Amino acid sequence: MTNLTTIPIHYYLIFCSVLFSIGVFGVLIKRNVLVILMSIELMINSINLLLAAFSTYTNDPAGQIFVFFIMVVAAAEVAIGLAIVVLIYRTTHSIDINILNKLKW
Amino acid sequence: MFSPYIFHFLSIMALFSAVMVLASKKPIHSVLFLTMTFFAIAGHYVLLNAQFLAVVHVIVYAGAIMVLFLFTVMLLNLNKDERSPKPIWVKIMALIAGGMLMLTLIGVFRGYDIRLAQDPMTAQIGLVKNLGKILYHDYLLPFEMSSVLFLTAMVGAVLLGKKEQI
Repeated sequence: MTNLTTIPIHYYLIFCSVLFSIGVFGVLIKRNVLVILMSIELMINSINLLLAAFSTYTNDPAGQIFVFFIMVVAAAEVAIGLAIVVLIYRTTHSIDINILNKLKW
Repeated sequence: MFSPYIFHFLSIMALFSAVMVLASKKPIHSVLFLTMTFFAIAGHYVLLNAQFLAVVHVIVYAGAIMVLFLFTVMLLNLNKDERSPKPIWVKIMALIAGGMLMLTLIGVFRGYDIRLAQDPMTAQIGLVKNLGKILYHDYLLPFEMSSVLFLTAMVGAVLLGKKEQI
């Protein structure tokens, strides 16, 4: 029997907070669309891990089902997002988000 | 008895590779470090006794999503440095904003006195048998709707990737 009680839930809370903050930082500093998508993936992963941790610690399987659905939505989001990136590259020959300000005004 | 050490090892590995995703110059290195983060998080799922989620995470993230990113980087020949990196004051402000968010979250969670189930491992909730029963009994409609979502995403990706003008 694994001794899960030796790891407090606070460790998972702090670890996922740091991972989420790294994702937010990456979205703020990067100009490459691909790296911004990767930072969004980091954030989604930290949320998933925290949901699974709480699900295990409270003995409630609904959290793990939610993680499963979040994975489904994230996979669809990445597929559509990368298709849009390919389309942007085909028209502007760049994936710098600085060019994509035509809808701003 | 080894689980705290494994937890710390996996956490340090995940955080290090998450920092390296942002620190590496070329996008392909970012993708490979992101894969390392995904494997560390899959190890976390195994440590939480959520075997189904660990396997699905490896298949979906380290399999499908990493391959999508790698194809996009390699086929479009995007493996170049950023042409115009953001100015230094934007990076400093982003660092301040991200650090403030992290400190706020940690400060909130430190004062969060939580009493959870005393023996969480008596029921094996993360196993495939148990999760499958719940998924097909209580969450059948969202499960079917997610298949429709996948079909929509597939049609949208094909439509966006076509050569002709839409």
